[in-house]
Amino acid sequence: MEPLPSLKPLLAVLVSLGVVPILMSSRSANVREAWTFGAAGLKFLLVLAMLPTVLEGRELVCTLAEVLPGVAFRLRVDALGMLFALVASSLWIITSAYSIGYMRGLQEHGQTRYFCFFALALSATIGAAFSANLFTLYLFYEMLSFATYPLVTHHQDAEARRSGRKYLLYIVGSSIGLVLPAMIFSYHLSGTLEFTSQGFLPRAGSPVLLGVLLFMFLFGFAKAAVMPLHAWLPAAMVAPTPVSALLHAVAVVKVGVFCILRVLTGVFGLDLLASFHLGAAVACVAAFTIIVASLIALTQNELKRLLAFSTIGQLSYIVLGAALLSPKALVGGMVHIAMHAFGKITLFFCAGAIYVATRKKYLSDLVGIGKRMPVTMAAFFVGALSVIGLPPTGGFLSKWYLVLGTLQAHQWPMLLVILSSSLLNAAYFFPIVYRAFFFQGDQSLSDNTTQEAPLWCLVPLIITAVCTILFFFYPFPFLRLAELAGL
Amino acid sequence: MNVHYPALLVIIPLLASFFISAAGWLRPVWCFPLAVAAMAGSLLVSLGLLVDVLLGIPGLYWFGGWPPPWGIYYRVDHLNTLVLVIIAAVGFVNLMAARPTVERDFPEKAGPFYTLYVLFVTGLLGMVVTGDAFNLYVLLEIAAITGYALIALGKGRAALSSLHYIFMGTIGACFYLLGVGYLYIVTGSLNMEDISRLLQPLHGSNVVIVAFVIMMVGIWLKMGFFPLHAWLPNAYTYAPSPVSSLVAPLMTKVMVYVMIRMILTVFTLDYAFLVLKLNDAVVWLAVIAIVAGSLLALAEKDVKRMLTYIVVAEVGYMVGGFWLGNRAGFTGAVLHIVNDALMTFCLFLAVGNIIHVKGNSRLESLSGLFRTMPWTMGALVVGALSIIGVPPTCGFFSKWYLLLGAIQSGHYGFLAALLGSSLVGVVLFFRIFEIGYFEPLGASHGPAHGEGGAAVREAPLGMLVPLWITALSLILVGLYTGEIVGRVIRHAIPEMML
Repeated sequence: MEPLPSLKPLLAVLVSLGVVPILMSSRSANVREAWTFGAAGLKFLLVLAMLPTVLEGRELVCTLAEVLPGVAFRLRVDALGMLFALVASSLWIITSAYSIGYMRGLQEHGQTRYFCFFALALSATIGAAFSANLFTLYLFYEMLSFATYPLVTHHQDAEARRSGRKYLLYIVGSSIGLVLPAMIFSYHLSGTLEFTSQGFLPRAGSPVLLGVLLFMFLFGFAKAAVMPLHAWLPAAMVAPTPVSALLHAVAVVKVGVFCILRVLTGVFGLDLLASFHLGAAVACVAAFTIIVASLIALTQNELKRLLAFSTIGQLSYIVLGAALLSPKALVGGMVHIAMHAFGKITLFFCAGAIYVATRKKYLSDLVGIGKRMPVTMAAFFVGALSVIGLPPTGGFLSKWYLVLGTLQAHQWPMLLVILSSSLLNAAYFFPIVYRAFFFQGDQSLSDNTTQEAPLWCLVPLIITAVCTILFFFYPFPFLRLAELAGL
Repeated sequence: MNVHYPALLVIIPLLASFFISAAGWLRPVWCFPLAVAAMAGSLLVSLGLLVDVLLGIPGLYWFGGWPPPWGIYYRVDHLNTLVLVIIAAVGFVNLMAARPTVERDFPEKAGPFYTLYVLFVTGLLGMVVTGDAFNLYVLLEIAAITGYALIALGKGRAALSSLHYIFMGTIGACFYLLGVGYLYIVTGSLNMEDISRLLQPLHGSNVVIVAFVIMMVGIWLKMGFFPLHAWLPNAYTYAPSPVSSLVAPLMTKVMVYVMIRMILTVFTLDYAFLVLKLNDAVVWLAVIAIVAGSLLALAEKDVKRMLTYIVVAEVGYMVGGFWLGNRAGFTGAVLHIVNDALMTFCLFLAVGNIIHVKGNSRLESLSGLFRTMPWTMGALVVGALSIIGVPPTCGFFSKWYLLLGAIQSGHYGFLAALLGSSLVGVVLFFRIFEIGYFEPLGASHGPAHGEGGAAVREAPLGMLVPLWITALSLILVGLYTGEIVGRVIRHAIPEMML
């Protein structure tokens, strides 16, 4: 069907960009946060307004300028982009609420700057989700890199500076050093950068060249944290927790895997990958990342770092889903964008809530915390179930499809990887929950009084935990979108 | 439109400079308005010429009605119209930004400053618009001599740097003149197209080879093409801010234009690329220029000086892109003349603001600048992103064409140099941003550091507005790249290019 010209995608991108000047100029914190909510809500509604059209199987386009011959600055809303935009925009509302609780609870400095760059980052995320071609995607990818730098380095101390450097080195270094030449090479080969369902790279290319290009993209989008370019993510955990939660569990890292999905499906096309056996190579890298990241997570003592390594492993599930080149696995990978997002953001919210309430961030200090913060730890349990992939949580569904996909593709080793990774996930999550509820720990935690984080922190994490369970029963929009995108 | 536009472009500022000079003696307050009027006039005329070119009306002008090859003639085509607009626009906007600094730092020299300023722009405009090889030399010297004087207005080592520049610049100009002389010996003509026609049967001649090489060396010396750049960093660093933000973005770009014009119109591409076969060698020289410029920039501890080495590296971009000898490289080089002029202009303006407020631009005096000078730093970020090559700023698009050209001609050394210099750009600018953002380092996380802190102490509005106009133009020009390339630059590419 013909794509539908529409301004809605552009508005959805711009709404958070437009609110930045207002945020900067507002003197009162309440006014500023009201505007943030307004923008977040409006963005979500705009995305939601496009959902029915996309579910009908139609696409919306918005062309802004033809910047290079055959390459336009163009937004297009398709099923995959819609799925991602839905996740990011809905979670922004929740994270905004959580940010208020967290930032005020800790009396952080520079809150205006924080909310401004957060809005900027969300613009870039939605822009990436709605990119119609590689150029537009690269534009928003870079915009996101630079918009998140002040967030990662928010504390402005020596550690933040170190992490900021690492962040830039990995993210910007790989995008300029690998993605940019790979993109221009693709353009040189095919004269276009527009994503198509079968990929735009010529079938006749040499396998070596295509393989090199593929790996330049795979490692170049370092936000996906595919090993060995993953070290920036644990380092970026110096950021305030809402940043880690939304950006480093949802927006930034998911933009990375989203880019890789786009490259695999829209640039190369699954047929081309299959005919040159390139899928298997990507799958091996992803499988390696899944296992090694889970093993490293086992050794961590700082909760946020553990979550970071867990994220690295889970991101590669999505890459693996596409690399298996089977329809079911692709659906699984795409749904995992949504399911992992809700599960992992719950876990990060819990980590932040614990920090706000008790100033503790090491696992060894969290023994017995279940009595002090029962609601938080219950939500943590739900999030952990989802990440491991157990019912009744949304994470089960995506794993289910991934497992089916391995069977469909006859990739027994990959089935083994997924299953053993689930075991490893259980091995690092369950002891935390178990010790929290059934062990006596630190004296300060065992006075048997319930003392949760402020409501602004608590309510968001309850909402995301409930959503995680709800998606097990009602996965409709995400599953339908993934199936549409996988067609 | 008006047939006299090509002449008016040069005559308006030329005449205005006499009036400004007179006003400097009689009524100094009139200097600035007169200069503004002159620059505005040039800008309007250059825009008019751009419209003419877009409509397909050739902008030809025979001085005194003498037809070529006898008289001097000016010619506006798809190659130089954009360069003219950029020169006039930078000259105009920079003049606005110059006023607060001039009034504060050297009010007694305002008259000479504005006179020289307008004359300098006159020289540049003339160099770009002229179709006569000797006339180009005359205008080159007008721009050069006023440039030396403008640079010498600075404090400290400015006079010495200017002297160094005079020596090197004069050698460069003489080499160019010598080349023109050789061409005159063999052809007896000074009109560019006429020389080109007469040169056709002489392509095997040694005299022409010598003329070509000596002319190129002269032009490269004037544009600061590594290793002929030694005069450039000192001259641009010690010049007063309003001078460096005028000379640094424009002089080198105009010389790149002169190089392209000479090869395209006088010697022809056939001669430069097929007969002499210098392509590969020059692109490798450009690679060396890019690498050296980037590394030397890394070693600097003063932002303004660092920028001058970035200029050196960027010259390598344009020379290399042109000598790649394909359409993409050519497009990239011409587009980069426009884009690089704009983005170095933006950066020099921002540094000018910092110097205006802080007194110098050493790295250590930048601490906490995001808090005290947020507007200036914001524009600096935009300029930096453009130099790094982040879309949608214009720097990305010229880099795109240059990279594409490198891939198409299989010149991977040039490709690597471009990417490497982008990465060095990230290091260079984020070093500045880190100092501006982190220092003084926050003691620790917690309520110790609340909102507020040091008060905002910005440059005057008269400097901020031009700066932000420039910064926004970087994004605007980036988004209109398709139009610029499709409607102007594409028509400047010779047919024979692949």
